[in-house]
Amino acid sequence: MYDFGYHRPNSLTEANAAVDGATDPVLMAGGHTLIPALKLRLAQPSDVVDLCAIDELKGIRDDGDALVIGAMTTHCEVAESDLVMSRIPALASLAGGIGDPQVRHRGTIGGSVANNDPAADYPAGCVGLGATIHTSKRQIAADDFFGPSFDTALEDGEIVTAVSFPVPGKAAYAKFPNPASRYAIVGVMVAKTSDGVRVAVTGAGHGVFRDTAIELSLADAFTADAVAGSGADEDDLNSDIHASAEYRKHLIGVMAKRAVTAASG
Amino acid sequence: MPEVTMTVNGQEASGDVEGRTLLVQFLREHLRLTGTHVGCDTSQCGACVVHVNGQSVKSCTMLAVQADGSAVTTIEGLASGNELHPMQAAFHENHALQCGFCTPGMVMSAVDLLQKNSSPSETEIREWLEGNLCRCTGYKNIVKAIQHAAAGDAA
Repeated sequence: MYDFGYHRPNSLTEANAAVDGATDPVLMAGGHTLIPALKLRLAQPSDVVDLCAIDELKGIRDDGDALVIGAMTTHCEVAESDLVMSRIPALASLAGGIGDPQVRHRGTIGGSVANNDPAADYPAGCVGLGATIHTSKRQIAADDFFGPSFDTALEDGEIVTAVSFPVPGKAAYAKFPNPASRYAIVGVMVAKTSDGVRVAVTGAGHGVFRDTAIELSLADAFTADAVAGSGADEDDLNSDIHASAEYRKHLIGVMAKRAVTAASG
Repeated sequence: MPEVTMTVNGQEASGDVEGRTLLVQFLREHLRLTGTHVGCDTSQCGACVVHVNGQSVKSCTMLAVQADGSAVTTIEGLASGNELHPMQAAFHENHALQCGFCTPGMVMSAVDLLQKNSSPSETEIREWLEGNLCRCTGYKNIVKAIQHAAAGDAA
Protein backbone atom coordinates (compact mmCIF):
# COMPACT_ATOMS: atom_id res chain seq x y z
CA MET A 1 0.00 0.00 0.00
CA TYR A 2 1.32 3.43 -0.92
CA ASP A 3 0.99 6.14 1.69
CA PHE A 4 -1.64 8.87 1.50
CA GLY A 5 -2.87 11.88 3.42
CA TYR A 6 -5.55 10.96 5.95
CA HIS A 7 -8.49 13.23 6.82
CA ARG A 8 -11.27 12.66 9.32
CA PRO A 9 -13.79 15.48 8.84
CA ASN A 10 -16.54 16.07 11.42
CA SER A 11 -19.16 17.37 8.98
CA LEU A 12 -20.16 17.13 5.33
CA THR A 13 -18.89 20.68 4.85
CA GLU A 14 -15.47 19.69 6.13
CA ALA A 15 -15.56 16.52 4.01
CA ASN A 16 -16.32 18.53 0.87
CA ALA A 17 -13.44 20.87 1.71
CA ALA A 18 -11.06 17.94 2.21
CA VAL A 19 -12.09 16.47 -1.15
CA ASP A 20 -11.76 19.82 -2.92
CA GLY A 21 -8.30 20.38 -1.43
CA ALA A 22 -6.81 17.06 -2.59
CA THR A 23 -5.39 16.17 -5.99
CA ASP A 24 -6.73 12.61 -6.15
CA PRO A 25 -8.95 11.93 -3.13
CA VAL A 26 -11.01 8.89 -2.27
CA LEU A 27 -13.86 8.69 0.22
CA MET A 28 -13.73 5.94 2.83
CA ALA A 29 -16.78 4.56 4.64
CA GLY A 30 -16.16 1.25 6.45
CA GLY A 31 -13.06 0.62 4.35
CA HIS A 32 -13.76 -3.05 3.79
CA THR A 33 -13.46 -2.78 0.04
CA LEU A 34 -11.15 0.23 -0.11
CA ILE A 35 -8.42 -1.01 2.27
CA PRO A 36 -8.03 -4.34 0.43
CA ALA A 37 -7.90 -2.37 -2.85
CA LEU A 38 -5.22 -0.07 -1.41
CA LYS A 39 -3.17 -3.07 -0.29
CA LEU A 40 -3.26 -4.46 -3.83
CA ARG A 41 -2.44 -1.00 -5.24
CA LEU A 42 -5.61 -1.20 -7.28
CA ALA A 43 -6.32 2.23 -5.79
CA GLN A 44 -3.55 4.76 -5.18
CA PRO A 45 -5.25 7.94 -3.94
CA SER A 46 -3.34 11.01 -2.78
CA ASP A 47 -5.73 11.41 0.14
CA VAL A 48 -8.24 9.29 2.03
CA VAL A 49 -11.22 11.18 3.44
CA ASP A 50 -12.66 9.04 6.25
CA LEU A 51 -16.37 9.67 6.82
CA CYS A 52 -16.54 7.83 10.16
CA ALA A 53 -16.79 10.93 12.38
CA ILE A 54 -19.70 12.61 10.59
CA ASP A 55 -22.71 12.16 12.87
CA GLU A 56 -25.22 13.35 10.26
CA LEU A 57 -24.43 10.22 8.20
CA LYS A 58 -25.38 7.80 10.96
CA GLY A 59 -28.54 6.26 12.30
CA ILE A 60 -31.86 4.81 11.21
CA ARG A 61 -35.10 6.75 11.38
CA ASP A 62 -38.74 6.05 10.67
CA ASP A 63 -40.06 8.50 8.08
CA GLY A 64 -43.64 7.26 8.07
CA ASP A 65 -43.96 5.21 4.91
CA ALA A 66 -40.18 4.82 4.55
CA LEU A 67 -37.10 4.01 6.60
CA VAL A 68 -34.13 6.34 6.17
CA ILE A 69 -30.77 4.72 6.86
CA GLY A 70 -27.69 6.93 7.22
CA ALA A 71 -24.82 6.09 4.87
CA MET A 72 -22.39 5.27 7.69
CA THR A 73 -24.75 2.79 9.33
CA THR A 74 -23.04 -0.59 9.51
CA HIS A 75 -24.48 -3.85 8.22
CA CYS A 76 -24.58 -5.09 11.82
CA GLU A 77 -26.60 -2.06 12.93
CA VAL A 78 -29.13 -2.58 10.15
CA ALA A 79 -29.35 -6.33 10.84
CA GLU A 80 -29.94 -5.81 14.57
CA SER A 81 -32.18 -2.74 14.36
CA ASP A 82 -35.59 -3.31 15.97
CA LEU A 83 -36.99 -0.68 13.61
CA VAL A 84 -35.70 -2.40 10.46
CA MET A 85 -36.67 -5.85 11.73
CA SER A 86 -40.22 -4.72 12.39
CA ARG A 87 -40.79 -2.52 9.30
CA ILE A 88 -38.65 -4.18 6.58
CA PRO A 89 -37.44 -7.54 7.91
CA ALA A 90 -36.18 -8.45 4.42
CA LEU A 91 -33.63 -5.64 4.68
CA ALA A 92 -32.45 -6.69 8.15
CA SER A 93 -32.05 -10.22 6.85
CA LEU A 94 -30.11 -9.03 3.80
CA ALA A 95 -27.72 -6.98 5.95
CA GLY A 96 -27.23 -9.90 8.35
CA GLY A 97 -26.10 -12.11 5.47
CA ILE A 98 -23.32 -9.87 4.17
CA GLY A 99 -19.78 -11.23 4.66
CA ASP A 100 -19.02 -12.36 8.20
CA PRO A 101 -19.64 -10.77 11.64
CA GLN A 102 -16.41 -8.74 11.63
CA VAL A 103 -17.11 -7.42 8.13
CA ARG A 104 -20.64 -6.48 9.23
CA HIS A 105 -19.19 -4.56 12.20
CA ARG A 106 -17.27 -2.23 9.86
CA GLY A 107 -18.93 -2.33 6.43
CA THR A 108 -21.60 0.29 5.75
CA ILE A 109 -24.63 0.70 3.53
CA GLY A 110 -23.24 3.90 1.99
CA GLY A 111 -19.95 2.24 1.13
CA SER A 112 -21.67 -0.76 -0.39
CA VAL A 113 -24.01 1.36 -2.48
CA ALA A 114 -21.27 3.72 -3.68
CA ASN A 115 -19.00 0.79 -4.57
CA ASN A 116 -21.70 -1.10 -6.52
CA ASP A 117 -19.94 -4.45 -6.57
CA PRO A 118 -21.87 -6.55 -9.12
CA ALA A 119 -22.22 -9.36 -6.53
CA ALA A 120 -23.03 -7.18 -3.52
CA ASP A 121 -26.35 -7.56 -1.70
CA TYR A 122 -27.40 -3.96 -1.10
CA PRO A 123 -27.81 -2.99 -4.78
CA ALA A 124 -30.50 -5.70 -5.06
CA GLY A 125 -32.05 -4.46 -1.82
CA CYS A 126 -32.15 -0.88 -3.09
CA VAL A 127 -33.51 -1.64 -6.56
CA GLY A 128 -35.90 -4.36 -5.35
CA LEU A 129 -37.42 -2.13 -2.70
CA GLY A 130 -37.46 0.95 -4.95
CA ALA A 131 -35.14 2.92 -2.67
CA THR A 132 -33.89 6.47 -3.14
CA ILE A 133 -30.19 7.27 -2.72
CA HIS A 134 -29.61 10.60 -0.97
CA THR A 135 -26.31 12.35 -1.70
CA SER A 136 -24.60 15.57 -0.74
CA LYS A 137 -26.03 17.08 -3.93
CA ARG A 138 -29.36 15.41 -4.78
CA GLN A 139 -31.67 12.41 -4.52
CA ILE A 140 -31.44 9.60 -7.07
CA ALA A 141 -33.87 6.72 -7.61
CA ALA A 142 -32.12 3.38 -7.21
CA ASP A 143 -33.30 2.44 -10.72
CA ASP A 144 -31.21 5.33 -12.06
CA PHE A 145 -28.29 5.05 -9.61
CA PHE A 146 -26.65 1.70 -10.32
CA GLY A 147 -24.75 1.26 -13.58
CA PRO A 148 -22.72 -1.70 -14.79
CA SER A 149 -20.14 -3.17 -12.37
CA PHE A 150 -18.75 -0.58 -9.95
CA ASP A 151 -20.31 2.28 -11.93
CA THR A 152 -22.90 4.58 -10.36
CA ALA A 153 -24.54 7.92 -11.05
CA LEU A 154 -22.24 9.53 -8.46
CA GLU A 155 -20.07 12.38 -9.65
CA ASP A 156 -16.54 12.98 -8.38
CA GLY A 157 -16.65 14.05 -4.76
CA GLU A 158 -20.39 13.44 -4.41
CA ILE A 159 -21.09 11.77 -1.06
CA VAL A 160 -23.87 9.27 -0.36
CA THR A 161 -25.58 10.53 2.80
CA ALA A 162 -28.49 8.12 3.28
CA VAL A 163 -30.74 5.59 1.60
CA SER A 164 -34.50 5.72 2.06
CA PHE A 165 -36.50 2.53 1.64
CA PRO A 166 -40.29 2.67 1.13
CA VAL A 167 -41.88 0.09 3.43
CA PRO A 168 -43.17 -2.71 1.15
CA GLY A 169 -46.33 -4.77 1.63
CA LYS A 170 -44.25 -7.94 1.48
CA ALA A 171 -40.59 -8.54 0.66
CA ALA A 172 -37.81 -11.07 1.05
CA TYR A 173 -34.25 -11.55 -0.15
CA ALA A 174 -32.89 -14.95 -1.11
CA LYS A 175 -29.22 -15.49 -1.82
CA PHE A 176 -27.16 -18.35 -3.17
CA PRO A 177 -23.82 -17.32 -1.66
CA ASN A 178 -20.35 -18.19 -2.80
CA PRO A 179 -19.32 -20.47 0.08
CA ALA A 180 -15.93 -18.80 0.47
CA SER A 181 -16.61 -15.09 0.02
CA ARG A 182 -20.34 -14.99 0.91
CA TYR A 183 -20.87 -12.70 -2.07
CA ALA A 184 -23.96 -13.55 -4.09
CA ILE A 185 -23.53 -16.00 -6.94
CA VAL A 186 -27.16 -15.03 -7.38
CA GLY A 187 -29.23 -12.91 -4.99
CA VAL A 188 -32.85 -11.90 -5.60
CA MET A 189 -34.91 -9.29 -3.77
CA VAL A 190 -38.63 -9.67 -4.36
CA ALA A 191 -41.00 -6.97 -3.10
CA LYS A 192 -44.73 -6.42 -3.38
CA THR A 193 -45.08 -2.66 -3.28
CA SER A 194 -47.82 -0.11 -3.85
CA ASP A 195 -46.39 0.33 -7.37
CA GLY A 196 -46.47 -3.38 -8.16
CA VAL A 197 -44.05 -6.27 -7.83
CA ARG A 198 -40.34 -5.56 -8.10
CA VAL A 199 -37.72 -8.26 -8.61
CA ALA A 200 -34.05 -7.23 -8.49
CA VAL A 201 -31.14 -9.57 -9.20
CA THR A 202 -27.51 -9.26 -8.08
CA GLY A 203 -24.51 -11.49 -8.70
CA ALA A 204 -25.85 -12.94 -11.93
CA GLY A 205 -24.92 -10.17 -14.33
CA HIS A 206 -22.62 -7.20 -14.76
CA GLY A 207 -24.58 -5.22 -12.22
CA VAL A 208 -27.96 -5.30 -10.51
CA PHE A 209 -30.98 -5.56 -12.84
CA ARG A 210 -34.76 -6.00 -12.65
CA ASP A 211 -36.15 -9.26 -13.99
CA THR A 212 -39.28 -8.02 -15.71
CA ALA A 213 -40.40 -11.51 -16.80
CA ILE A 214 -40.60 -12.63 -13.19
CA GLU A 215 -42.19 -9.32 -12.16
CA LEU A 216 -44.97 -9.82 -14.74
CA SER A 217 -45.51 -13.42 -13.66
CA LEU A 218 -46.16 -12.27 -10.09
CA ALA A 219 -48.46 -9.38 -10.98
CA ASP A 220 -51.67 -11.40 -10.68
CA ALA A 221 -50.71 -14.05 -8.14
CA PHE A 222 -47.90 -13.44 -5.65
CA THR A 223 -47.09 -17.12 -5.12
CA ALA A 224 -44.00 -19.28 -5.61
CA ASP A 225 -45.86 -21.43 -8.16
CA ALA A 226 -46.50 -18.36 -10.30
CA VAL A 227 -42.79 -17.46 -10.65
CA ALA A 228 -41.78 -17.68 -14.29
CA GLY A 229 -38.29 -18.49 -15.50
CA SER A 230 -35.88 -15.56 -15.61
CA GLY A 231 -36.19 -13.29 -18.59
CA ALA A 232 -32.47 -12.50 -18.57
CA ASP A 233 -30.44 -13.11 -21.73
CA GLU A 234 -27.70 -15.65 -20.94
CA ASP A 235 -25.27 -13.56 -22.99
CA ASP A 236 -25.66 -10.83 -20.38
CA LEU A 237 -25.00 -13.13 -17.41
CA ASN A 238 -21.68 -14.03 -15.79
CA SER A 239 -20.01 -17.31 -16.52
CA ASP A 240 -17.01 -18.20 -14.36
CA ILE A 241 -15.48 -20.97 -12.25
CA HIS A 242 -18.30 -20.63 -9.74
CA ALA A 243 -21.28 -20.96 -12.06
CA SER A 244 -22.12 -20.92 -15.76
CA ALA A 245 -24.52 -18.34 -17.19
CA GLU A 246 -27.06 -21.11 -17.76
CA TYR A 247 -26.85 -22.15 -14.09
CA ARG A 248 -27.08 -18.57 -12.88
CA LYS A 249 -30.19 -18.03 -14.99
CA HIS A 250 -31.74 -21.13 -13.41
CA LEU A 251 -30.77 -19.90 -9.95
CA ILE A 252 -32.56 -16.58 -10.51
CA GLY A 253 -35.87 -18.44 -10.78
CA VAL A 254 -35.06 -20.66 -7.79
CA MET A 255 -34.05 -17.73 -5.59
CA ALA A 256 -37.13 -15.77 -6.70
CA LYS A 257 -39.38 -18.67 -5.66
CA ARG A 258 -37.63 -18.91 -2.29
CA ALA A 259 -37.98 -15.17 -1.78
CA VAL A 260 -41.70 -15.20 -2.63
CA THR A 261 -42.22 -18.11 -0.22
CA ALA A 262 -40.31 -16.31 2.53
CA ALA A 263 -42.15 -13.03 1.87
CA SER A 264 -45.50 -14.78 2.09
CA GLY A 265 -44.65 -16.71 5.26
CA MET B 1 3.12 11.81 10.17
CA PRO B 2 -0.12 11.33 12.14
CA GLU B 3 0.10 10.57 15.84
CA VAL B 4 -2.42 8.11 17.20
CA THR B 5 -3.46 7.56 20.79
CA MET B 6 -5.62 4.69 21.90
CA THR B 7 -6.25 2.59 24.97
CA VAL B 8 -4.83 -0.87 24.40
CA ASN B 9 -5.65 -3.53 26.98
CA GLY B 10 -6.48 -0.81 29.49
CA GLN B 11 -3.30 1.21 29.00
CA GLU B 12 -2.83 4.33 26.95
CA ALA B 13 -0.65 3.77 23.90
CA SER B 14 0.44 6.32 21.35
CA GLY B 15 2.79 6.49 18.44
CA ASP B 16 3.61 8.15 15.15
CA VAL B 17 2.24 6.19 12.22
CA GLU B 18 1.78 6.65 8.49
CA GLY B 19 -1.73 7.00 7.13
CA ARG B 20 -1.33 3.57 5.58
CA THR B 21 -0.23 1.84 8.81
CA LEU B 22 -2.72 -0.93 9.57
CA LEU B 23 -4.05 -1.38 13.09
CA VAL B 24 -2.47 -4.84 13.20
CA GLN B 25 0.92 -3.35 12.25
CA PHE B 26 0.61 -0.77 15.00
CA LEU B 27 -0.22 -3.49 17.54
CA ARG B 28 2.48 -5.93 16.45
CA GLU B 29 5.30 -3.70 15.30
CA HIS B 30 4.93 -0.54 17.38
CA LEU B 31 3.53 -2.02 20.58
CA ARG B 32 5.13 -5.47 20.18
CA LEU B 33 1.84 -7.17 20.94
CA THR B 34 2.48 -10.11 18.65
CA GLY B 35 -0.36 -12.28 19.95
CA THR B 36 -2.54 -10.84 17.20
CA HIS B 37 -1.61 -12.71 14.03
CA VAL B 38 -1.71 -11.91 10.34
CA GLY B 39 -2.88 -14.89 8.35
CA CYS B 40 -4.25 -13.97 4.96
CA ASP B 41 -3.95 -10.17 5.01
CA THR B 42 -7.11 -10.08 2.86
CA SER B 43 -9.93 -9.92 5.47
CA GLN B 44 -10.78 -13.58 5.04
CA CYS B 45 -9.15 -15.62 7.81
CA GLY B 46 -9.77 -13.78 11.08
CA ALA B 47 -6.38 -14.51 12.69
CA CYS B 48 -6.07 -10.75 13.30
CA VAL B 49 -9.39 -10.26 15.14
CA VAL B 50 -9.24 -7.78 18.04
CA HIS B 51 -11.93 -5.78 19.78
CA VAL B 52 -12.31 -2.07 19.03
CA ASN B 53 -14.69 -0.36 21.43
CA GLY B 54 -15.95 -3.79 22.47
CA GLN B 55 -16.68 -5.09 18.97
CA SER B 56 -14.68 -7.72 17.09
CA VAL B 57 -12.98 -6.43 13.94
CA LYS B 58 -10.30 -7.58 11.55
CA SER B 59 -7.28 -5.47 12.44
CA CYS B 60 -5.67 -6.12 9.04
CA THR B 61 -8.55 -4.24 7.41
CA MET B 62 -8.53 -1.18 9.62
CA LEU B 63 -6.04 1.65 9.61
CA ALA B 64 -4.32 2.58 12.86
CA VAL B 65 -5.58 6.13 12.38
CA GLN B 66 -9.15 4.81 12.28
CA ALA B 67 -8.65 3.44 15.80
CA ASP B 68 -7.37 6.78 17.11
CA GLY B 69 -9.23 7.52 20.35
CA SER B 70 -10.63 3.98 20.61
CA ALA B 71 -10.35 1.28 23.24
CA VAL B 72 -8.66 -1.81 21.80
CA THR B 73 -8.46 -5.25 23.39
CA THR B 74 -6.08 -7.89 22.06
CA ILE B 75 -5.57 -11.50 23.09
CA GLU B 76 -2.92 -10.27 25.56
CA GLY B 77 -5.59 -8.27 27.37
CA LEU B 78 -7.96 -11.12 28.20
CA ALA B 79 -6.25 -12.93 31.06
CA SER B 80 -6.08 -11.53 34.60
CA GLY B 81 -2.47 -12.11 35.60
CA ASN B 82 -1.94 -15.86 35.54
CA GLU B 83 -5.65 -16.57 35.44
CA LEU B 84 -6.87 -17.34 31.95
CA HIS B 85 -10.05 -15.75 30.62
CA PRO B 86 -12.86 -18.37 30.71
CA MET B 87 -12.76 -18.60 26.90
CA GLN B 88 -8.99 -19.21 26.93
CA ALA B 89 -9.48 -21.82 29.66
CA ALA B 90 -12.22 -23.51 27.62
CA PHE B 91 -9.97 -23.63 24.53
CA HIS B 92 -7.21 -25.12 26.70
CA GLU B 93 -9.40 -27.74 28.33
CA ASN B 94 -11.09 -28.80 25.11
CA HIS B 95 -7.90 -28.88 23.05
CA ALA B 96 -9.47 -26.36 20.71
CA LEU B 97 -6.30 -25.84 18.74
CA GLN B 98 -3.86 -27.76 16.65
CA CYS B 99 -1.12 -25.49 15.29
CA GLY B 100 -2.52 -22.56 17.25
CA PHE B 101 -2.08 -19.90 14.57
CA CYS B 102 -5.77 -19.05 14.27
CA THR B 103 -6.37 -19.32 18.03
CA PRO B 104 -6.01 -15.65 19.07
CA GLY B 105 -8.57 -14.58 16.47
CA MET B 106 -10.86 -17.50 17.29
CA VAL B 107 -10.81 -16.62 20.99
CA MET B 108 -11.41 -12.90 20.40
CA SER B 109 -14.25 -13.66 17.99
CA ALA B 110 -15.79 -16.19 20.40
CA VAL B 111 -15.65 -13.73 23.30
CA ASP B 112 -17.57 -11.23 21.19
CA LEU B 113 -20.17 -13.86 20.29
CA LEU B 114 -20.90 -14.58 23.96
CA GLN B 115 -21.17 -10.84 24.64
CA LYS B 116 -24.05 -10.76 22.14
CA ASN B 117 -25.53 -14.19 22.71
CA SER B 118 -24.71 -15.87 26.00
CA SER B 119 -26.10 -19.29 25.03
CA PRO B 120 -25.62 -19.79 21.29
CA SER B 121 -26.64 -23.00 19.55
CA GLU B 122 -24.04 -25.02 17.69
CA THR B 123 -25.41 -23.61 14.42
CA GLU B 124 -25.14 -20.06 15.71
CA ILE B 125 -21.54 -20.68 16.80
CA ARG B 126 -20.61 -22.11 13.41
CA GLU B 127 -22.31 -19.23 11.59
CA TRP B 128 -20.53 -16.71 13.82
CA LEU B 129 -17.16 -18.30 12.99
CA GLU B 130 -17.78 -17.63 9.28
CA GLY B 131 -14.93 -15.10 9.36
CA ASN B 132 -12.42 -17.26 11.23
CA LEU B 133 -10.58 -19.96 9.33
CA CYS B 134 -8.68 -22.87 10.89
CA ARG B 135 -6.36 -24.43 8.32
CA CYS B 136 -5.94 -27.47 10.61
CA THR B 137 -9.75 -27.87 10.33
CA GLY B 138 -10.01 -28.13 14.10
CA TYR B 139 -13.49 -26.66 14.20
CA LYS B 140 -15.09 -29.50 16.17
CA ASN B 141 -13.19 -28.78 19.36
CA ILE B 142 -13.32 -25.02 18.81
CA VAL B 143 -17.11 -25.19 18.72
CA LYS B 144 -17.07 -27.49 21.75
CA ALA B 145 -14.87 -25.07 23.69
CA ILE B 146 -17.21 -22.17 22.96
CA GLN B 147 -20.18 -24.28 24.08
CA HIS B 148 -18.34 -25.10 27.31
CA ALA B 149 -17.40 -21.47 27.90
CA ALA B 150 -21.03 -20.45 27.33
CA ALA B 151 -22.20 -23.07 29.83
CA GLY B 152 -19.66 -21.84 32.37
CA ASP B 153 -17.92 -25.21 32.39
CA ALA B 154 -14.42 -23.84 32.00
CA ALA B 155 -12.31 -23.57 35.13
